[in-house]
Amino acid sequence: MAAALINVPKRAKRGDVIEIKTLMSHIMETGFRHSTTGEPIPRDIITNFVCSYNGVEIFRADLYPAIAANPFITFFTVATESGKIEFKWTGDNGYSETASAAIAVE
Amino acid sequence: MNGAAITRALSAGALAISFTIIAASAAEMAPGERKSGYDFMTRDTQGMQDDDTVNPGMLWVLDGEALWNRKAGTAGKACADCHVDARTSMKGVAARYPAFDAARGRPLNLEQRVNLCRSERQQASVFRYESRELLALTAFIGRQSRGAVVEPPSDERLKPFIAAGREMFMQRQGQLNLSCANCHDDNWSKKLAGAVIPQAHPTGYPLYRLEWQGLGSLQRRLRNCLVGMRANAYDFGAPEYVDLELYLMTRARGMPVETPAVRP
Repeated sequence: MAAALINVPKRAKRGDVIEIKTLMSHIMETGFRHSTTGEPIPRDIITNFVCSYNGVEIFRADLYPAIAANPFITFFTVATESGKIEFKWTGDNGYSETASAAIAVE
Repeated sequence: MNGAAITRALSAGALAISFTIIAASAAEMAPGERKSGYDFMTRDTQGMQDDDTVNPGMLWVLDGEALWNRKAGTAGKACADCHVDARTSMKGVAARYPAFDAARGRPLNLEQRVNLCRSERQQASVFRYESRELLALTAFIGRQSRGAVVEPPSDERLKPFIAAGREMFMQRQGQLNLSCANCHDDNWSKKLAGAVIPQAHPTGYPLYRLEWQGLGSLQRRLRNCLVGMRANAYDFGAPEYVDLELYLMTRARGMPVETPAVRP
């Protein structure tokens, strides 16, 4: 099912500070809960998020069980050149999702 | 009966009398007095709802759009094959549901309507209540009505069902012996534990509740309230819920649709 909502400005002036917003669909099961029959529900979370701008890593975050479902991560960067901004989420049970957005810098 | 038991019985009686007086004075809410649950939220949560790139409900809306265009069932049809572009064909639809279905002789809500299309037109299996698919499709359809005003059909045949829904709203039930009206008509804006009691206008369903960490339908919310009142909750899809949904929609007539809303 649908993965991520990404918001990157389509165009920016060189040197502008731009805001990048990402919303990722994930249950973020903590691993601390038990089912109604008493069995522990295994942990299933995103553990890592990386953003790279034309292949250069600009932002990285580690995620932990206390983070709510559908984690929303937002940060700022400086628009330096036109190209591609890529996002990668990795997590438990071999979870791996990617997304990307293009930006034109004048 | 010992002294403590008598005091308990007396105070319970006094409580019952005071509640009766409140209930008797309960009148229909004046239109100017009505507030959406949105107005009781913090600015942060409001911001979450307002920005489509932040609103987690939009994840379901995107899913719903994919489902809308996907062929399903033995008929091999997608929603889009009949209804074409949801942006025009579904505009304002969620604002006038539940609507009367002549074949069944009673009102159907949007979830039931979607499942009816699945079973009859697409000849596919119906979606389970609160399944990701059903929530996604209803969120997608509801999204097309955002900003439209709630306008329940002025259908004569709906009258008895609205009356039944109103009766359920006013009816005390459960171990706590509360009616919906005790909180949502008489005590809105006050606090129940840490949470503000809203006026119960179902303008943003299905909505993303932070407490649920997910999207939920109006019936999930109604079940929540019934369980909180320690009353027996009906099964999902029960006609009692649809009557109540219908009454709540007539009560919210003229308020803007917010789907998918965010609530704390």
